[in-house]
Amino acid sequence: MAAPMKICRFRSCAIYSRIKSKPKHSHLYKHCRHNSTQENWKGVIGLEIHAQINTKSKLFSASSTAFGAPTNTQVSIFDAALPGTLPVLNGECVRAGVKTAIALNSKINKVSKFDRKHYFYADLPQGYQITQQRQPLAVGGEVEYILIDQNNRYVTKTARITQLQLEQDSGRSLHDEEGRQSLIDLNRAGIGLMEIVTEPDFENGIDCSSFVREVQLMMRQLQVCLGSFREGALRVDANISVHKPSEPLGVRSEVKNLGSLKDLRNAVDFEIKRQKSVLKNGGTVINETRTFDSESGKTIPMRDKERLQDYRFMPEPNLPPLYLYDNSTAAQSRDQNTTNIDEEIQNMPPLPRDVRNKLINDYNLSLRNVYVLVNEDKGVTFFNEVMKYSNSPPNFIANFIVNDLLGVFNANDIKIRNSPISPDILAEIVDIKESGYSTVAYCSQLVELYLKQDITERPKTVVDNNGWRQIVDTETLKPVCVKILKENPKLVKKYFKGKEDKALSSLLMKALNETQMKGHPVLMKKIFTELLEEEKQK
Amino acid sequence: MLSLTLREAISKLKDGSLSAAELCEKCVTRAKRVQELNFIVTENFSQSQKEAVHSARLWSEYVSGRHNEWRKFGGIPFAIKDNFCTKDIRTTCASHILNNYVPPYTATVVQKLQDAGGVIIGKTNMDEFAMGAGSTDSIFGPVRNPWNYKFAQSGREHDKINDWHIAGGSSGGSAVAVATGASFGAFGSDTGGSTRNPAAYCGVVGFKSTYGRLSRHGLIPLVNSLDVPGIFAKSVDDASLLFNAVAGHDTRDSTTVTDSMDTFTLPDDISVKHLHIGIPKEYHAPGMSPCVLEAWRRAADLFDRVGAKVSEVSLPHTQFSIICYSVLCCAEVASNMSRYDGIEYGHRAKNEDSTEELYAATRHEGFNDVVRGRILAGNFFLLKRNYDNFFLKAQKVRRLIAEDFRQVFGGGVDILLTPTTLTEAPTYSWFTEVDNRTRAEEQDVFTQPINLAGVPAITVPASLSQSGLPIGLQFIGPNFHDKEVLTVAKWFEQQTNFKRLDLSHLDKS
Repeated sequence: MAAPMKICRFRSCAIYSRIKSKPKHSHLYKHCRHNSTQENWKGVIGLEIHAQINTKSKLFSASSTAFGAPTNTQVSIFDAALPGTLPVLNGECVRAGVKTAIALNSKINKVSKFDRKHYFYADLPQGYQITQQRQPLAVGGEVEYILIDQNNRYVTKTARITQLQLEQDSGRSLHDEEGRQSLIDLNRAGIGLMEIVTEPDFENGIDCSSFVREVQLMMRQLQVCLGSFREGALRVDANISVHKPSEPLGVRSEVKNLGSLKDLRNAVDFEIKRQKSVLKNGGTVINETRTFDSESGKTIPMRDKERLQDYRFMPEPNLPPLYLYDNSTAAQSRDQNTTNIDEEIQNMPPLPRDVRNKLINDYNLSLRNVYVLVNEDKGVTFFNEVMKYSNSPPNFIANFIVNDLLGVFNANDIKIRNSPISPDILAEIVDIKESGYSTVAYCSQLVELYLKQDITERPKTVVDNNGWRQIVDTETLKPVCVKILKENPKLVKKYFKGKEDKALSSLLMKALNETQMKGHPVLMKKIFTELLEEEKQK
Repeated sequence: MLSLTLREAISKLKDGSLSAAELCEKCVTRAKRVQELNFIVTENFSQSQKEAVHSARLWSEYVSGRHNEWRKFGGIPFAIKDNFCTKDIRTTCASHILNNYVPPYTATVVQKLQDAGGVIIGKTNMDEFAMGAGSTDSIFGPVRNPWNYKFAQSGREHDKINDWHIAGGSSGGSAVAVATGASFGAFGSDTGGSTRNPAAYCGVVGFKSTYGRLSRHGLIPLVNSLDVPGIFAKSVDDASLLFNAVAGHDTRDSTTVTDSMDTFTLPDDISVKHLHIGIPKEYHAPGMSPCVLEAWRRAADLFDRVGAKVSEVSLPHTQFSIICYSVLCCAEVASNMSRYDGIEYGHRAKNEDSTEELYAATRHEGFNDVVRGRILAGNFFLLKRNYDNFFLKAQKVRRLIAEDFRQVFGGGVDILLTPTTLTEAPTYSWFTEVDNRTRAEEQDVFTQPINLAGVPAITVPASLSQSGLPIGLQFIGPNFHDKEVLTVAKWFEQQTNFKRLDLSHLDKS
């Protein structure tokens, strides 16, 4: 136990001086500690996730949505907002929205409407974005996600969803500051987006990024959003404020267009820190839009959005209300390309949460292992494959994949989905480790070996051929231990002085080296103890 | 030849007694003779003549029996208001902002007309972005009404003519194209009366069908929820022919109704004695000229005499229509106009210091005062703090107005009979005494509630005033009763025997 802090950090605290004079009054310290948490500002964050919908064509036009096409080649007359063109709703985008809403446990509105949100920007050709403000596709809902808390523990948490709406993406602007010109690419303009708005249920950066990761996995599973942050297919806005618990929420700032989980995490944490320091110095936080500079790790105010915008929302007059049906009303639909909510519910694939629960229920895996496996693309599939070939306990296999395999993979920038090591080979390596056929160190070497070379032999053969089998007979190990003891009288002395654990582990390391890491550690430890205790008796 | 109706022309083309090439030639000549009326802003004469020659060949093949197929409007000239997009033909909305804009696509209704063989002789003049009721606010100058107009011998002299009658608006150019015989039909747009008003002033038929029957794809919007492509024709039969040729669901306009529409031909032998004709009492508006009132009364008597039930009905919310319209119109205008920023197309100002300055300069130079005024008002109505008080209220009033019509029609009335305008066509000098907004509000009083309700309406020339100017009467029916409206209008037309404007003397000189 660390010694309690001697003086209260909060010099404003009334009893600070008393503690100072009588440092041992720990009950006073406790009081101050309590007060100090009361003084602490707490972050409150709400998120808006903009996810590009995985459809062939855009939300209101037939142009392709493929990423990376030459500039301005996927622009229909509607996308360029030529006068007289009208939006035609893409039924596939609606279906994607409905699927996502089901996964978010949202209430789906049988009738939703489209609105125009007005603002002038060069990459917004219409001068407004068609979105769903007043009557969105779905409202409410909640998402369970896994979070690594400050103590590095994996815990589950739930965040509430406010609404899910369909809307158009804008084009892209490229500013050439030197040449003083702006270049516009409209390929992205009009691609369907789902905007998922959350309640202010998050506390810090890692909390936010864990949630977004869960939603990302969910959308991938549903095939409704396959794009990555890198392609700009996923962007997050964070509304951040700080307040003291028990007090009303503070004034928030909005950090826009966060393009990676890391940026999200850093931007949120930076912004909380910034706002706290503004408030502690007696300042006020202003309601503004900020942007995150990943290089400096700071948020900065956006110059063109300094003033509060009035978006002058108006119903989109060119689109009739969007009607959705279920089994009881499907017959009323006159349009063939409508979405039946009940059908979508029936066809739901297992969501990440379901997969995790199944792994926990079926195999009793740890939350950490489950989290990592589900987080890795094809991680669960790989685990299940290995399970088929292996005789080891499930948690042992999961541990091996999560710690040993992924450790090597990450170091070599390899993803499980393109694993060069087949599940049956890995299963054999896992079993070699589990049975003690070879040692931990050589199992890692096996993984490296299979990763880097094209080996046709089975792992067991490789172990045999290289003489990597673990030495488990006392006959071989005892002389090694005797030799080590002889060579290290200082360590023996240390042992006798009572520092048994430290001495033993040093001895063991030396013995392992002596056996080229092949000796059975537990066995050798036992031998050392026996030998030393014998010596002691003398 | 130019006194023929569209229906007559088609039958003559079909039996070979008329040449499509000659017909187009005559129309082009007429258009040139009456050029000073300033009704065409972009001529398409040579292209239309080329197409007419091609059509003439097809007709002769049909007539000689080498071909069984025939295109309904093969080689027949039509005029298109300059707010319909026409591929490769400049489309300006009579605005600087689109002064050099050439669309890469064609509006659905125009395309259907062309697919049926129709040729476009030109794009017609209008109020900028269809905002107006006189066709006087155009970057190309005002349109002149051919009635009582003293044609000058040379193009220069007409400037000295002090005054003339306005054509009405905003689709004045299209009305004039039909009235002068330069085209056999024309498209306009009708948001608050922009087709019916000039049709009445120019003595032609003007039809606004049920909202959702005609595609708006390619029609540059004024107020999306009110805009309907309008049809100008020499006769009700012609209007029906054109309507049937272009109506129907369009996948590119989600507000067109999806039910299939049965095409129809109007009967020649019509009886109206089983009908209930409603006369809305609210349409006895102040400022109505005696000759209009007289025409209206005579028409009511006509129905009464043949045994139709004619009774006074009430549309109590009519009085709120103008104010409701101006809020909804401005709001949608503010929104619709926000795409004109000079980035993708259209006029772009030279000021490129910043995006904001570029926008401001572009839009200042591009739009006239009327358009800018409506944008300003519309943005005000849409502000968060004003939305409920203005836009939402106006939408509620709109519903009440639509409900008025539903109740009257639900109560047994088949067709409503009203005047189309308060007076005959006013003079240009009188019309321009006050601003566009004031005039638009008084001019649209009988036509605009119909757009708010979405119902079909047609104006038919009834008679000439004492000064020899045409007076139009309006027939209004329930939603999707376009055929019934047209049928009653045709019966009325048969009774009135209105003499269309004859400009054949111009051809002799």
